[in-house]
Amino acid sequence: MKVEAKILLGLGLFFGLMCLVYWNWSLENAGGVMMFAGMLLGFLPGGYYYWWSRRMAPRPEDNPNATQSDGAGVVGAFPGSSIFPFVMGMGAFFVVLALVFGIWLLVPGLALVVWSLLGGTAEGRRGGQH
Amino acid sequence: MPSFGAHPGVTDSSKSVYHLWQGFSVAAVIIGALAIGLILYAVLRYRRRSSDAIPAQHQYHLPLEILYTVVPILVVFGLFAATLVVENKETANPQTNVTVDVNAFQWGWQFTYPGTNALVYGQTTQSPEMVMPVDTNVHFNLTSTDVVHGFYVRAFNFSRYALPGVVNQFTIRATSTGTFFGQCTQLCGLYHSLMYFRVKVVTPAQYAQWLATFNNAADAVKAAAATKTTNEELASGVASKNTTTKFGR
Amino acid sequence: MTDVLEPAHVEHHDADHEEHHGATGILNWLTTTDHKVIGLSYTVTAVIMLVIGGFFAEIIRGQLASPNGHLVSLAQYNELFTMHGSVMIYLFAGPFAFGALANIIVPIQIGAPDMAFPRLNALSYWLYLTGAITMLMGFFTAGGAANFGWVGYVPLSNTLNSPGAGADLWIGGLLLTGFSAIFTGVNLCATIFYLRAPGMTMFRMPIFTWNMLVTAILILLAFPVLTAGLVMLYCDRHFGTHIFSVAGGGVPVLWQHIFWFWGHPEVYILALPFFGMVTEIIAVFSRKPVFGYKGMIFATLTIAALSLGVWAHHMFTTGVVLLPFFSIMSLLIAVPTGIKMFNWIGTMWRGEIWFSTAMLMAVGFVVTFLIGGLTGIYLASPPLDFFTHDTYFVVAHFHSVVMALVMGGLAGLYYWGPKFTGYLLNERLGKVQFWLLFLGTQLFTVPLYILGLEGMPRRMAVYPNDPQWKMLNDLSSLGAFIIGISTLLFVVNIIVSWKKYPAGDNPWDAHTLEWFTTSPPPHHNFYRLPQIRSERPTWDYNHPEHRTLHHGEHASDHDKQEATV
Repeated sequence: MKVEAKILLGLGLFFGLMCLVYWNWSLENAGGVMMFAGMLLGFLPGGYYYWWSRRMAPRPEDNPNATQSDGAGVVGAFPGSSIFPFVMGMGAFFVVLALVFGIWLLVPGLALVVWSLLGGTAEGRRGGQH
Repeated sequence: MPSFGAHPGVTDSSKSVYHLWQGFSVAAVIIGALAIGLILYAVLRYRRRSSDAIPAQHQYHLPLEILYTVVPILVVFGLFAATLVVENKETANPQTNVTVDVNAFQWGWQFTYPGTNALVYGQTTQSPEMVMPVDTNVHFNLTSTDVVHGFYVRAFNFSRYALPGVVNQFTIRATSTGTFFGQCTQLCGLYHSLMYFRVKVVTPAQYAQWLATFNNAADAVKAAAATKTTNEELASGVASKNTTTKFGR
Repeated sequence: MTDVLEPAHVEHHDADHEEHHGATGILNWLTTTDHKVIGLSYTVTAVIMLVIGGFFAEIIRGQLASPNGHLVSLAQYNELFTMHGSVMIYLFAGPFAFGALANIIVPIQIGAPDMAFPRLNALSYWLYLTGAITMLMGFFTAGGAANFGWVGYVPLSNTLNSPGAGADLWIGGLLLTGFSAIFTGVNLCATIFYLRAPGMTMFRMPIFTWNMLVTAILILLAFPVLTAGLVMLYCDRHFGTHIFSVAGGGVPVLWQHIFWFWGHPEVYILALPFFGMVTEIIAVFSRKPVFGYKGMIFATLTIAALSLGVWAHHMFTTGVVLLPFFSIMSLLIAVPTGIKMFNWIGTMWRGEIWFSTAMLMAVGFVVTFLIGGLTGIYLASPPLDFFTHDTYFVVAHFHSVVMALVMGGLAGLYYWGPKFTGYLLNERLGKVQFWLLFLGTQLFTVPLYILGLEGMPRRMAVYPNDPQWKMLNDLSSLGAFIIGISTLLFVVNIIVSWKKYPAGDNPWDAHTLEWFTTSPPPHHNFYRLPQIRSERPTWDYNHPEHRTLHHGEHASDHDKQEATV
């Protein structure tokens, strides 16, 4: 996990340096704030990955001499077919149309979004189809 | 030295910009020719002879890679240094005696000369013509009263946005007389394509004469108001208005 | 020497080896979470968007056929170029770059059974589709579609100047497609970080996957900024805020800062995937490894990092940005791009080059991107930008670059199409398509560079009655027309080749992991996986006697290598 961490930390560092130079030189706040936020976006996950990489058990994909049998076992849950992405997509669509054509569209929009959140969560706990 | 498509223009900084363009173009042609040459050589020389042949599997060459990292960095710094010289010249704020306030609006231009009674106003194809003296530093105060517009004069090798709430200031020193075409270059709505204006550079004596034609401020404003026509009427005449005008070349 | 084992990644049932039963037909499509189906949906939708955007382009060229054209009105023209740009960038290029081929190929390239979050992946597609529909709906409203340029500058895009629903539909469409992109960025990062096969260390991933990882990180950094800006614009339009209006104490140019902070990384989000595709294709069809693999990765990371600090080079003429900072940062991007260019040449050098359609398109990409990229260097210099900004010089620059990306995308489709459909496309038709596209592109863009330098601004429905300007416009239109023909030829190729030329697992003798599995891949992608000891596991498996050479080694050193395995 070290390489992944270093990429993100490196990006955060680059942003930090750019922010320092830019904000002090230009005194322009929009860019300064955005660069600062970018720095945080690099340091936060990057820092977490770095911290985690020193504690985690070595993974087969980080081992240059791993064999395929090292990766035996279940890798993760991959929900097969599910109607809920489509339902949420439709919900989001209606919510956005509500921004354009009228508040009343929030009724079907939010209803679909809430249905998909509840249904999708329940489906995830059930295991879903594969 | 070829022009590479640009032109020297009629101001002192436009000529510097032109030389910078030529310098960049020389670099671009050399680098482009080198790269395209290598590509053409590779695609012709290394076509496969048979469908089974497998070449030596070289994967890297560190000295070469370092070379084509460092050399471009040096080229970039060279281009940047040249840029800075011209940029500092263009953005300089020297002593000026002539000031023009340019106000861009949907869809035309108003030029006023603070300290005088001069006022020029025109919409779209009326192409209002501002006058300025040659060999004189003329200070521009550029702003907009509605949306973003672009003040662009090809003969100056220059453009600048007219931003609402901001006064953009720059100085132009024309070195040749003549009438030069200008246009709005930042999308500003329906008649953006027709927001024409002209800049007429004259001798200082002619400039003083022109100023004197504006006897008082009130007349100037009345004259401007009289030219106001609807944009639709001006736009519909666009075919006839444009057939004879040759723009600043 | 190599062990090939059945991956026990996912519980296997005999049923998995048959056609996946369950919902059929349209319900199957609505409920799919399979990255291959989702990626194919993205591809088809994006190509439809390409055709719609291209149709708008042809009308634009039709209007510009005469200086005072009456094909469309001034108002319609503003809608046309706004929607041409918006459809091409937001609805075609972006989704095609990170949602289409990436979705299909990345999991297979790293030996994963699917993306990390399959349902989120499906949601990304539905948000894209509904976002596209939302934006295009504008044409059916009374005020017409958005007409303030694909960049939507304020104050032109505020309620006073753009009162219609078309503008709000444009904003709404972008909110949907923006979240679509963000979720895809999350999915790509998680997949690449967590689902690689054993032995597939980060520095053995294919360059395409590396580029998609960097693209995903850029998406996560940039798209939320655009989304925030759009929300601000909507609030100014409808909730009485004054973020961007002078009268209320706001700052119009703030929109430009926010927009371009997204807008510049966006063009690298568009470009990096195609860089990645082309890198792999050149390697395969030169029968050599990628030259300078680590240098390529370093260059990609540098491009991404720098791209986040150059946004105001789109604002040089505003007079309110720090010119030297943005100038040097923009000029510096030429360096890693040049590294990539020389590495592509190095990959071909002393290779055995096979000029399939994919390879032709890839080389066309390299040459066209070189031209477009060089003209970009001029634009990084403020004095040179002052007189080319908002003229056809800029239009020519980005169309050169974008057409290069289109060639890269076609290279990707010709190369990987057989993998996910199981069938090859007709090579002879492909080559004709290539030459029409390449020559059409140069004919289209070169006159536009000249027009810009002659002083023709962009977004002009009419232009001065000058015979040279008309001739240049006509030449450019001819080029655009030829590009249109080549696109039609692509559609013809798909129809003519439909299920005609079975591809087999590895028709190109390609190098990376996806070529080890069947065409198309089975459910959860692999029946078996080879041992992974380099960035070319399939090549190593097929050609163990032709491993990668390091600098200074000769082919005769092979014997020494063999013994250490």
